[in-house]
Amino acid sequence: MNILVWLIPISLLLGGVGLLGFLYTLRSNQYEDPEGDARRILSDEWDDHPKP
Amino acid sequence: MTEAAAFSACPACSAAPAADALAKGQARALRETHITLSVPAVHCAACITTVEHALAAAPGVAAARVNLTLKRASVETDGAVSAEDLVQVLARAGFEAHELDAGTLAATQTDRAGRDLLMRLAVAGFASMNVMLLSVSVWSGAEDATRDMFHWISAAITLPTIAFSGQPFFRNAWSALKAGRLNMDVPISLAIALALVTSLWETMLSGEHAYFDAALTLTFFLLAGRYLDHRTRAVARSAAEELAALEVPRAQRVQADGTSETVEVAALRPGDLILVRPGGRMPVDGEITEGRSELDRSLLTGETVPVFAAPGQGVSAGEVNLTGPLTVRATAVGRDTSLHRMAELVAIAESGRSRYTSLADRAAKLYAPGVHILSALAFVGWWLYSGDLRTALNIAAAVLIITCPCALGLAVPAVTTAASGRLFKRGMLIKHETALERLAEVDTVVFDKTGTLTAGTPAPLDLDRYDRPTLELVLALAEGSSHPLSLALSKAIRAMGLAPARITDLTERPGYGTEARMGDRIVRLGRASWLGAAESDTTATYLDAGQGAPVAFRFTDALRPGAAEAVAALQAVGKEVILISGDSTAAVEALATRLGIGKWMAGALPGDKAARVSALQEKGAHVLMVGDGLNDTAALTTAHVSISPASALDAARVASDIVLLGGDLSPIPEALVTAQKATARIRENFRIATLYNVIAVPLAVVGLATPLVAAIAMSTSSITVSLNALRLR
Repeated sequence: MNILVWLIPISLLLGGVGLLGFLYTLRSNQYEDPEGDARRILSDEWDDHPKP
Repeated sequence: MTEAAAFSACPACSAAPAADALAKGQARALRETHITLSVPAVHCAACITTVEHALAAAPGVAAARVNLTLKRASVETDGAVSAEDLVQVLARAGFEAHELDAGTLAATQTDRAGRDLLMRLAVAGFASMNVMLLSVSVWSGAEDATRDMFHWISAAITLPTIAFSGQPFFRNAWSALKAGRLNMDVPISLAIALALVTSLWETMLSGEHAYFDAALTLTFFLLAGRYLDHRTRAVARSAAEELAALEVPRAQRVQADGTSETVEVAALRPGDLILVRPGGRMPVDGEITEGRSELDRSLLTGETVPVFAAPGQGVSAGEVNLTGPLTVRATAVGRDTSLHRMAELVAIAESGRSRYTSLADRAAKLYAPGVHILSALAFVGWWLYSGDLRTALNIAAAVLIITCPCALGLAVPAVTTAASGRLFKRGMLIKHETALERLAEVDTVVFDKTGTLTAGTPAPLDLDRYDRPTLELVLALAEGSSHPLSLALSKAIRAMGLAPARITDLTERPGYGTEARMGDRIVRLGRASWLGAAESDTTATYLDAGQGAPVAFRFTDALRPGAAEAVAALQAVGKEVILISGDSTAAVEALATRLGIGKWMAGALPGDKAARVSALQEKGAHVLMVGDGLNDTAALTTAHVSISPASALDAARVASDIVLLGGDLSPIPEALVTAQKATARIRENFRIATLYNVIAVPLAVVGLATPLVAAIAMSTSSITVSLNALRLR
């Protein structure tokens, strides 16, 4: 049962990372244009670098 | 000049606000580096690239980005380039674009409430997954110290989560209780609170059952329902605001030196001289000081025949100037215009929607007290029977959780989301939350004529009655003017394959017509009174060929696409169709006969329309009113449910529950069918939710409902209800 001491914090941590990731995407307006984003990946106008 | 006199009477006091307004206007112009354009035609990855490249290549543009979901392009500029230039740039790239007013749109830029709900939903989802994981271990046999530890960890996750995610429910419940009412949120808050209290108590006493997972799943499902509900309304609101933002409130103010500057309508003051170009809408009430033209008042009164306009004549905000430029001295601006006053009168009138109680409210009225009484009875019964407060409280909590309105909370929003999405694709925007339910009850449909059943554009009648030289002469004269009747004539004659006759010295006399020389004769096309012909009561223009009596060209109002189909389809399913218009008897009768409408009423004043609609409703009819003008707004508000086309006046769109986005009327009968289906689905969902309760509540009351049973009952009912709603798509 000692394994639970590790497993439970790890599962909470991983879930928490997912939650923080979602909150980050929400705060940075990544759900404003779902349709456009779906089409943009088909565009040839890709760039090598993220914009500064 | 009277204006100069007014200034000199009290130079300081009248100049100060004017200067202030001017400064504000300039400040606004300087800040205007962010331009939003509506680009309805973008639909693919290639279009995004084309539009963005075209905009980025234009001088003065810093960055441009297309939002495909909203079909908008937002452009960052250095302030030197105007929205009109960018519209031109896009027109050259092959895309139709319109400027959107930034002030009107600002409200929807970021949907704070929606984001807030989504955040709470995400936290509740995260917590309920983790707690469910721990709960499953307990259900599958964790015992003693392990079970207690799992319960304590669950409590540590649940309490802060509920404190954050449950806030919308607690707040609503509190405000309802303060007002002495019961709403759906009261039993929800009570169930969550009671579940937490008993679970904590059980955990402290190393008890077997804790409902932490139930409290969290309950919150999660209910928040999902709330979010769907909010989303549907936010989409409708942003689309409605986009329509309003298309009319950018700007006007041309004439300055002291005779030049004109573009200012915000809000900056206009009584006494200002305003230049209204042909095709423009009057921004203020006022008096014409210069210029001759014709005014289209159909949005205000429903009359199709344009009115002659000359200096000295009064104009009202909302009228459209047709032929020549007019200079108008403002007498009333903003809130004081007759347009605004009429719109406000409508807001005071009792509306059909306020009399209606939604299905969800009716269900809540039955549900909330029932649940409280049931759980209280279970508590008292068990206390008396077993004498154990702990058991009694546990069972009361179980009853509240089992009867949780998850399914009820999802029953309505899931269906309205599906139905509104379906209608939105067909070009209908559902603005009011109970509009679908009210639409399903409709048995009588009242149409307005001008601008609703007809497109508001004239079409010439029986052109083949005239000989070829006459038509060629008319074509030549008609091309000298942008008056709607001239445009209609030249389009129709060009379509017959004719070329204009040779004429010279073609000039337009604004407000009268066009005049030219053909050889040694003077030829004229225009108003009856100008040419000395007898006026007819239908829309007509006259040709004076310089020999013999003037020839009349009569017009009919072109039907809006889908109008005939919509009327026929409505009559086919047994709805009574009535035509009420402010136009002349002859015009209304002709249209009624053409569309096969038996009941019609002509020359109706705005008050008559509303009175007729409420008379119908007093006789027990449920009236759907379809109209577009200011004269319809009172009737739109009075009717059980109302629809207006996107081309309608702002006030009419605000007064109606549903907006038709396309020019086509044919979705209306279909919308009635969809609404009936949606209401049937909502009732079905209520029945499913009730059925679950009928099975699960006895289990809870006799004390057989373990947290596992509660979790299964709750999830299955919520999922069944959502799937049932999806069948509507």
